[in-house]
Amino acid sequence: MLRYLRADLHIHTCLSPCGDLKMSPQKIIAKVLEHKLHIIAITDHNSAENVHAVMKCAEGKKVVVLPGMEVCTREEVHILAIFETEELALELQSFVYDHLQGENNPDVFGLQVIANEFDEVEGYQNRLLIGATDVSTEHIVGAIHQLHGLAIASHIDRESYSVIGQLGFIPETLGFDALEISINTNDEEARKRFQEYSRYRFVRNSDAHYLDDIGKAMSEYLLEEPSFQEIMKALRNEDGRMVRAT
Amino acid sequence: MTVREIVEKLDLSTCCGGNKLELEVTGGYASDLMSDVIANGKAGNVWVTMQVHVNIVAVAVLKELAAIILVQGRDPSPETLERAIDEQVTILVCKLPAFETIGKLYELGISNVK
Repeated sequence: MLRYLRADLHIHTCLSPCGDLKMSPQKIIAKVLEHKLHIIAITDHNSAENVHAVMKCAEGKKVVVLPGMEVCTREEVHILAIFETEELALELQSFVYDHLQGENNPDVFGLQVIANEFDEVEGYQNRLLIGATDVSTEHIVGAIHQLHGLAIASHIDRESYSVIGQLGFIPETLGFDALEISINTNDEEARKRFQEYSRYRFVRNSDAHYLDDIGKAMSEYLLEEPSFQEIMKALRNEDGRMVRAT
Repeated sequence: MTVREIVEKLDLSTCCGGNKLELEVTGGYASDLMSDVIANGKAGNVWVTMQVHVNIVAVAVLKELAAIILVQGRDPSPETLERAIDEQVTILVCKLPAFETIGKLYELGISNVK
């Protein structure tokens, strides 16, 4: 039976330099359960190293964690990459790492904490995760699709790091699976402002960097069960599955 | 001042659009945010950027820019070049970084502020 499930496909952890240190696996899951989200995706900047811990933490709980990351392209466009399995996310990660220069300066950008499922520090990631890869937006979307993932344009209503801000408009050749609207724009405004992109599915996510951001934005998906495949169907409007931004 | 004069004075290389070098330049604009160029670029401007994405061609056509100047010796992607040739958009390349490129243009009297 199809039912509406609540999903937030854009949550950072303490691995993102700009993510609050309190964004640890256990605390995130606790907050997610408090807000009764059925599905979340963990999407740190250019890395999926905390995906494992959050997935572990969610085992046996009433939430499904999808592995992902938020990739920054050469044009400084942010793209959410969401996968069915952790292995696929890590495959994209190794591609991204091969194309990411620089070292993090924690004093300037913040710590990049790799955590385990007990909220303990496993280590620190030294790459410059806040940086941009040297790979074009088209190429990144292609790489995500090659790994059977979903490519969602991050916060298209923001000027910074959005596909529209950076590239002026969305090139027709870019096969985004959905466009994300941030918490700053309501549904009606978004529909009006992005009329020309009505062929795309719109989703709303929290882009949480702090625990209190969780639950502030989400989308409702009409699904059979909380899973990656069902989300994919909803974004393609297949078999009665669908999404509505809330 | 024409595009050709700028090419000569700044020693720019011409990637494509060599047939439009006699266009009169009305001013200059610099930005790597294409949404910003769409909002603030003016017809006849030269646009200084390091973006090489194919969308730069569309922006140049839309805003009727005189030419795009890529800085730091960046090459347009093959797709960008192909589109620029189709749309007859002039793409020039300067070896200097953006700051120096813009400084030299400004010295030549190129400005958007009257």
